[in-house]
Amino acid sequence: MAEVLVLVDHLDGEIKKSVFELLTAARTLGEPSAVVIGPANTVGKLSAGLKSHGAARVYVAETDSADFLTPQVEVLASLIRSKEPAAVLIGVSADGKEIAGRLAVKTDSALLTDVVALSEGPSATHSVFGGAFTAEAKANTAHPVITLRPASVEAVPADGAAVEETVDIPSSPVRSATVLSREPVTAGDRPELTEASVVVSGGRGVGSADQFSVVEGLADSLGAAVGASRAAVDSGFYPHQFQVGQTGKTVSPQLYIALGISGAIQHRAGMQTSKTIIAVNKDPEAPIFEIADFGVVGDLFKVAPQLEAEITNRRG
Amino acid sequence: MNIVVLVKQVPDTYAERKLSSGDHTLDRDATDAVLDEINERAVESALQLKESADGNDSAVTVVAMGPDRATDAIRKALSMGADKAVHLSDEALHGTDAPGTARALAKLIGTIEGVDLILAGNEASDGRTGAVPAMVAELLGIPSLTHTREVTVEGSHVTVRRETDDGVTVLQAELPAVVSVNEKINEPRYPSFKGIMAAKKKPVSTLSLADAGIDASEVGLANAWSTVTESQPKPAKSGGVKIEDEGDGGAKIATYLVSQKLI
Repeated sequence: MAEVLVLVDHLDGEIKKSVFELLTAARTLGEPSAVVIGPANTVGKLSAGLKSHGAARVYVAETDSADFLTPQVEVLASLIRSKEPAAVLIGVSADGKEIAGRLAVKTDSALLTDVVALSEGPSATHSVFGGAFTAEAKANTAHPVITLRPASVEAVPADGAAVEETVDIPSSPVRSATVLSREPVTAGDRPELTEASVVVSGGRGVGSADQFSVVEGLADSLGAAVGASRAAVDSGFYPHQFQVGQTGKTVSPQLYIALGISGAIQHRAGMQTSKTIIAVNKDPEAPIFEIADFGVVGDLFKVAPQLEAEITNRRG
Repeated sequence: MNIVVLVKQVPDTYAERKLSSGDHTLDRDATDAVLDEINERAVESALQLKESADGNDSAVTVVAMGPDRATDAIRKALSMGADKAVHLSDEALHGTDAPGTARALAKLIGTIEGVDLILAGNEASDGRTGAVPAMVAELLGIPSLTHTREVTVEGSHVTVRRETDDGVTVLQAELPAVVSVNEKINEPRYPSFKGIMAAKKKPVSTLSLADAGIDASEVGLANAWSTVTESQPKPAKSGGVKIEDEGDGGAKIATYLVSQKLI
């Protein structure tokens, strides 16, 4: 069976959850081979997780290089040449997209990016314009490079041999940027916006940065992530990284609660594929009600705290 | 310092965007087209670097690939203060995929002499591949410093603060290099009336594929490395229940969530 290379994203000896999703998706195309690149002794802490998610082989490249993303590109490129894999799978993130793009042009491979489902062929499903369109795409080259959106495939455990093989890092013909320092984000108490099963968002109607505590309070009672509309972000109520919409994040949770958000296309395009949508807005004509499963015309500062109290009571 | 800014014309994100039913490419006629916001920030960044550079020998060149009407986006960048532009426009470009776009842009940049720095937005709001700047750098064999919130050029070095959802990385590289900016880097200036008038006289060289030395077999829908085989709009979601709050709105939402087994 053809090999499928899976780039292992890891931080401080911890595997990112998305790697298990990649290994699961890889099994629909062939036999997964995990590729671990990092400082000496990295693989020891990762191998159990790779083995329990079906990695047949684990290619290990040890490096302390300060070159930015270049070791990843070079190792994957050399494995493409020597192993001729059916595909290369990489998780969607800023780094993942960049490694994938560089690898694709370096190895004359098709680039299928931000894929939400994979099937034999390989055929890739994309969700376009914030879920307004779905598109099926196929590669016209050997060893396509595919980036998979986190949380779009459910990780399924499987036994793998996880046979380790050490690989060298070829020197690059490309001059690289050098990393001077790194500060990883420390995870907050709330779930990550794009991975959360519940999202509570606030819009212009929240009125001020201070009053966003109403949105946060309801979110915390539900164990939800907090989002914001562009209008709220542009007004300085909430930081940009929480913006949901055409120019922000795309979310697709089980439950989306929109507080004081009118629902302009700019926002809807980032959340319209949510399973259940609840909206609270003073304006009965707000377009958000056109897509809300349950809408309340009213003052969010009365409705949201009442809902929060109800939820807290039920949870005891 | 010789700065190139890559810009793209995209459908307005305040409008509803569509794919063409025929060949599954972006339906450019369905919406108004604008200079992508992130590119305005890249232009702003280029202008600031030019203004702070020593001497008067700095120039900002706008580089764009796209149909004729992309001229509007180019003029916007020129009216902000960029000096000149190169526009690759050729019908054979229709449907070019992201790697093909990067190859064409790399060739196009090659037609400009003595480039020190290439600035771009980190991700266009339409395709959202988020990899074109890095691909251009890889093809040119130069460093890519992406998603930057701060850019400093000192002598022959560029240093950036790269900010993503995963954290902050400080990167440094020798020039020439590719730098892509994120939405926090700056607030782009508005073009002044004087700037708008001046932009009309600034040189824009429009190149065909042949002019830029690009083989037609490297670009276009038929030569793309990947093909969209089908596309469809998602069925519109319709509204459900809408009630007036009579003092029990929060409780009614809770009841609904319980009935849907969501709490």
